[in-house]
Amino acid sequence: MSIPTDLKYTKDHEWVRLEGETAIFGISQHAQEALGDIVFVELPELETKLDAGEAIAVVESVKAVSDVYVPVTGEVIKINELLEETPELVNNDSYGQGWIAKLKVSADMDTSSLMDATAYQAFLDQ
Amino acid sequence: MFSGTTGIQHEEALIFEREHHNASSIQLPGVEAELSSELLAFQRQKSAHIPNLSEPETVRHFVRMSQWNHGIETGFYPLGSCTMKHNPRINEQIARLDGFAHIHPEQADESVQGTLQIMHQLSQDLGEISGFAHVSLQPAAGAHGELTGLMMIRACMDERKQTQRRVVLVPDSAHGTNPASAALCGMRTIEIPSASNGRIDLEILATYLNDEVAAFMITNPNTTGMFESDIQRICDMVHEAGALVYGDGANLNALVGMARPGDMGIDCLHINVHKTFATPHGGGGPGAGPIAVNDTLAAFLPVPRIIKTEDEHYHLQYEATQSIGSMLGSMGQVGVLLRASAYIAAFGRDKLHMIAQDAVLNANYVLSRLKDHYDVPFAGLCKHECLLTDAKQQEYGIKTLDIAKYLIDLGMHPMTVYFPLIVQGAMLIEPTETESKQTLDDFCDAMIDIARMAKEEPEPLHQAPQKPIRTRLDEVQAARKPVLVWPEEA
Repeated sequence: MSIPTDLKYTKDHEWVRLEGETAIFGISQHAQEALGDIVFVELPELETKLDAGEAIAVVESVKAVSDVYVPVTGEVIKINELLEETPELVNNDSYGQGWIAKLKVSADMDTSSLMDATAYQAFLDQ
Repeated sequence: MFSGTTGIQHEEALIFEREHHNASSIQLPGVEAELSSELLAFQRQKSAHIPNLSEPETVRHFVRMSQWNHGIETGFYPLGSCTMKHNPRINEQIARLDGFAHIHPEQADESVQGTLQIMHQLSQDLGEISGFAHVSLQPAAGAHGELTGLMMIRACMDERKQTQRRVVLVPDSAHGTNPASAALCGMRTIEIPSASNGRIDLEILATYLNDEVAAFMITNPNTTGMFESDIQRICDMVHEAGALVYGDGANLNALVGMARPGDMGIDCLHINVHKTFATPHGGGGPGAGPIAVNDTLAAFLPVPRIIKTEDEHYHLQYEATQSIGSMLGSMGQVGVLLRASAYIAAFGRDKLHMIAQDAVLNANYVLSRLKDHYDVPFAGLCKHECLLTDAKQQEYGIKTLDIAKYLIDLGMHPMTVYFPLIVQGAMLIEPTETESKQTLDDFCDAMIDIARMAKEEPEPLHQAPQKPIRTRLDEVQAARKPVLVWPEEA
């Protein structure tokens, strides 16, 4: 499977798209495959402020319920409401329409713990 | 020949679809009394819509649906972590005796001395089996026992003026009830990652212990079927950090008569008597989850407590200043507890260890027959249940779910699937001590043939089950678009 090169990744299999003072994130293709058919996504509330690594959302599949951890420190400014009715978007288009939330972040935040596509691929191959 | 491959099956509609308006098995009398205006305000305006069916039609409706079910009395039921063992018939007879079945929780103690005596004896037996000095029979289920135990631990921390201790550490392999019980008790759960051998890693545990931790919850053997061999060191570390160890007794079947959680350093343990001591369960109850504790927690046990006086009389004591209170009315689920008493008595002190020995032997027999055909995530002998994965079958596009569904076509209940969560494609198999070698061989033959089919003819596995009255259900649609209510105006 191809891993988009314009995104960053966490060890918990979230992806994040950094664009200046905003960041959009979701779960990786690998994560959605491991979970199987996703039947419910519990989205965060707007204006929630979280530190990187804190649980921000919950994805529920036929097999399991898993926390989603926020990849970077920030405040929730937009959530993907489409997932309330069509959680399968996370399966079908995990890097696109399956995004979970958009964050306001500070441009000089620490992103050193995030992996690029090459490093994430190597992490998956371990 | 597998038992599930033949049989008459009656189709059956919903009871509302079956009803017709010229027969009814119930005739309610009219209201003769004059109702006051206060009562009239509550009078039902719309029909209660009790379906119009004759008694034989009603009986057939429920009997037919019961025949779609698969229970331990229909066939093999190796549902891991659930201990689906045979429920001996004599236990049913004992629980139905007049003196037990027709008593009332509010009856005077003097009139129920026999029941109180047996409950007192059961408390002592459970204490001796688990290695604890004090037992309350009150909790109504395993998770209720967890809640009871955590409430006692919380009360203990409060008494020690350690009110900041509100964190419960839980391994990532734990039963889902553990974090749920902690949340219900107003505590916060922190999950501890397991080591690569599926067990608790002492170094990892050490990094999580601090002065906010009230309890560490541990299941031993754990949910991968492996014994936590560092258990004593784990308990020492938790105690040195000022916290207590809660034992999830769901897997006690592996230990009965062989090893005692109380001796391992655990402070508090619930016992799923409906699993370990063979009372009917599944489908939501009834169960019973007595809680056993050491001296540290004894003062906080629920009330009433069964007290034996010097002159051999028994009474229920409701006064205890530090008690967390009542978790359920009276003594608990007496009907279930009686069956458990009978199971323990049937073995007796000398033979009780045969429960654990045979349960562990059966699980290892299954493991040894299947280990060349399925991936085994953790090497070595297992305890009362064995863990396999679908890693070898994934290569051919066959998943754990397909394997489980095909077992239904062979007349067997599937194993527990996709649990524990830390193992991809998990299949957790618990045969229990009550199955014969013949039954285990039938199951192993079926599993070995499924492994062959995955390679050579996978299609029936994808389509399974085909034999039951309902074939493969669309679990995804059922979860995404559940239809839970029959429309009032159809």
